Amino acid sequence: MNTTKLSRREFLSYAGIASGGLLLGCSSINPTTPSLPKFVDVAENITAQPLNIFVAIKPDNTVEIISHRAEMGQGSKTGIPQIIADELEADWANVKVIQGLGDKAYGDQNTDGSTSIRKFYDKLREMGASARVMLEQTAADYWNVTIDSVYAKNNFIINKSTGGTLSYGDLAELASKQPLPATESLIYKSSAEFKYIGKPVPIVDLHDMVTGNTTYGIDVELPDLLVASIERCPVLHGSIKSFDASKAFDIPGVIDVIEMPATPETVLYFPLTGIAVLATNTWTALQGRKALEIEWELGKNKNHNSKQVFDQFKDRLKNSPQTVAKKGDVAKGFTAASKVLEAQYLVPYLVHAPMEPPMATAWFHDGICEVWASVQNPQAVMEQGAAMMKLEVDTFKVHTTLLGGGFGRKSKTDFANEAIYLADKTQRAVKVVWSREDDIQASYYHAGAVQSMKAGLNKAGNITAWQQQAVYPTIASTFDHTKNSPQDFELSLGFGDFAYDIDHVLMQKAHADAPVRIGWMRSVCNIQHAFALNCFIDELAHSANIPTEKFILNALGNNRDVDPKLTYGFAFTNYSEELNKHPYSISRYKQVLNKLIANTPINETLPKGQGWGIAVHRSFVSYVAVATKVEVIDSKLSIKEIHCTIDCGLGVNLDRIRSQMEGAMIFGISIALMGNIDIKNGAVVQSNFHDYPVTRMNQSPKIVVHLVNETENPPGGVGEPGVPPVAPSITNAIFAATGKRYRELPLNQYLSV
Amino acid sequence: MIKLTVNDKIHNVEAPDDMPILWVLRDLLKIKGTKFGCGMGQCGACTVHVNGQAIRSCITPVVVAKNAKITTIEGVDAKGEHPIQIAWKENNVPQCGYCQSGQIMSALTLLKDNPQPTDEDINNHMSGNICRCGTYPRIKTAIKEAAAVLANQAGAKS
Repeated sequence: MNTTKLSRREFLSYAGIASGGLLLGCSSINPTTPSLPKFVDVAENITAQPLNIFVAIKPDNTVEIISHRAEMGQGSKTGIPQIIADELEADWANVKVIQGLGDKAYGDQNTDGSTSIRKFYDKLREMGASARVMLEQTAADYWNVTIDSVYAKNNFIINKSTGGTLSYGDLAELASKQPLPATESLIYKSSAEFKYIGKPVPIVDLHDMVTGNTTYGIDVELPDLLVASIERCPVLHGSIKSFDASKAFDIPGVIDVIEMPATPETVLYFPLTGIAVLATNTWTALQGRKALEIEWELGKNKNHNSKQVFDQFKDRLKNSPQTVAKKGDVAKGFTAASKVLEAQYLVPYLVHAPMEPPMATAWFHDGICEVWASVQNPQAVMEQGAAMMKLEVDTFKVHTTLLGGGFGRKSKTDFANEAIYLADKTQRAVKVVWSREDDIQASYYHAGAVQSMKAGLNKAGNITAWQQQAVYPTIASTFDHTKNSPQDFELSLGFGDFAYDIDHVLMQKAHADAPVRIGWMRSVCNIQHAFALNCFIDELAHSANIPTEKFILNALGNNRDVDPKLTYGFAFTNYSEELNKHPYSISRYKQVLNKLIANTPINETLPKGQGWGIAVHRSFVSYVAVATKVEVIDSKLSIKEIHCTIDCGLGVNLDRIRSQMEGAMIFGISIALMGNIDIKNGAVVQSNFHDYPVTRMNQSPKIVVHLVNETENPPGGVGEPGVPPVAPSITNAIFAATGKRYRELPLNQYLSV
Repeated sequence: MIKLTVNDKIHNVEAPDDMPILWVLRDLLKIKGTKFGCGMGQCGACTVHVNGQAIRSCITPVVVAKNAKITTIEGVDAKGEHPIQIAWKENNVPQCGYCQSGQIMSALTLLKDNPQPTDEDINNHMSGNICRCGTYPRIKTAIKEAAAVLANQAGAKS
């Protein structure tokens, strides 16, 4: 029988099915008990499997693939479907990407920690392969042949002996009735067979982004929508003594003024104390807010001054350190040294400043609360919304819009809780709009950090002992207000996972209270840890009169995998990965550095005032080395050129890896040159881009990205690991150029930038 | 009532004179391709053209645009086939995409006034537009490519 010309209708008629609305629901695959797929509307996503990525196929051969993670510029909305489509043998031209709702069934949706690909790569392939097998089996059943007599190609199943073809669109409905294949039975492509994995597929929203057709959190519209702008207490845990809203109500278009609930002791993602002005449009809400008269009781943090507290941090590291981990006996190591060097480094408080400030819309209707927000973590909206409102989690239906940048800020969904609170109070749809000032002054800050380093060198230039100390308010304070020192999960970000092979090592921390909400920002504590580590190793290299790259390679010792638990007794969390899957590999650490050296003219003869600096760091189980060339003339610093090498394991979208590295270099330049949040009398001093400047085009150098081992090893993180080595490479370059060592960021306190 | 021409379409809008063009476009006319970034003319995300000039719509009162022609990202080419949009796509410029409307609107006035810009010209003109994702190197490349295409087109016409 010639089946190649069989129409879809004929096929379905033959198969005894003639209804429309075809769907292949590919629910989670349980390896022990394969079950029937659930017939659910994928967009509604109401199943409750432990981990699901859904594939839906329409009669017209469209393959709908869900991206369950938030898209904020990192490219996972393209990378996730690339992986599924590859194993599914879908034709990319037929793929339609659908943003997944908040749902535990997908597993973790908190789009942070550089996890979208590295945590889901295997599961996504499984989902693609599983769906493909169901299509293959359906076609094989129809042709009455065994499954190995057919194969999938470009949205079609092909009969090997007859050459007959059936489209995915035709097969989908019957395929959806197939039992789910057992996970262990699935056969995956070899890397040589990949069509989309490892290719620079353009991002799926590209056309909409250049024509102005995208929907971010700020763009959400609903009938009778109110826009809210909130004046929050300038000091954390302050309260409202009194307020007068009469002048706000005088402004036409101001509809309501509502007092927000008091900030709880443990802040979580609950709203901050404040007064919300609700109006028919954003401008009117902003004007109404300006007209509020509020008298604050500033509370327990009102005397906090970050500059003074950094001095206290220095004292505590000296006088009351707590030991975190150690190896050998540093006292012995320092005695054996011919010279001992000490240095102290400071990275101030920082804020994310995504181009789109936090934005969220909530609406209670038909027994549910529906939320649309530019959040990195839709499930947190559900959980924290439920906790605040004393409702069930499944009352909340959360749509993740596109995010105009995130950088960690939008994992904290306080702004969605504000919208939920106000929507409940008004029983109308409410969009909470954060101004830039709100974003800079009411964030979850990257904690200001002080680190003390001490090392002994012998006559041969080898390190005999290494002591490192770190102190900063902990992210854990956001979730438990009694936490008041760096935690192991933070020290696992480039501190306790210490790469150098040194006989005597001591790692310590100290006490620090949190005067503001503390959060995570792109690469988190790696920022300060990599800064101190890479600056200090450069100082040691210069002291030993050995080129830094040689000194680092020597200090790294033999190729080996480091287990910080065994080596230092440190409770290393390894970015929630098993060390046997993602080892701490000194060999890969060296490879990125060697590739950088081989591809960058760091030893060229330079004119006066110019210099190269290098830094290397492992974070998010990826390895990045950076070389920066700077020029300093008459106290004016210019970044001339940056080279970066990354080994992030298997690369799924090589173009997005490059773009993330380019962006990370520029993000790192912002930190090094200008990033600074001051806390004065408990309140954040900076307010907008004029006093919290970020890198602009005229400060942006030529950037060269080199990939290393991009087809080997399981995928590692990409969004964050580019950031940590940038700042130390810059300060090291400045030393090479000028002989001046700057140990406290940002550099614009010393140089014009 | 203020009469505005946005992307060649006439709107009569009830707005106070001091309401910034940005919020008139976004909240009253629901033309949302133009974005809010800072509210003080610092970041360029809100850049639109008024009578062909790039302005920061977040600090420009709507009364300024009375009887004038406003062009937003939606008015560049809805099909995305303007040489600047094509260059943006070919270089995969955007990351999060949020600032890109403003970047494109600024780049268009650069190329109108200076069809063959140097790197320094591009830096000078574009430094008012912040991209926190760091797409600057690609924006620069895209502007040069678009300049070359536009120059060819101009040559073909003359």
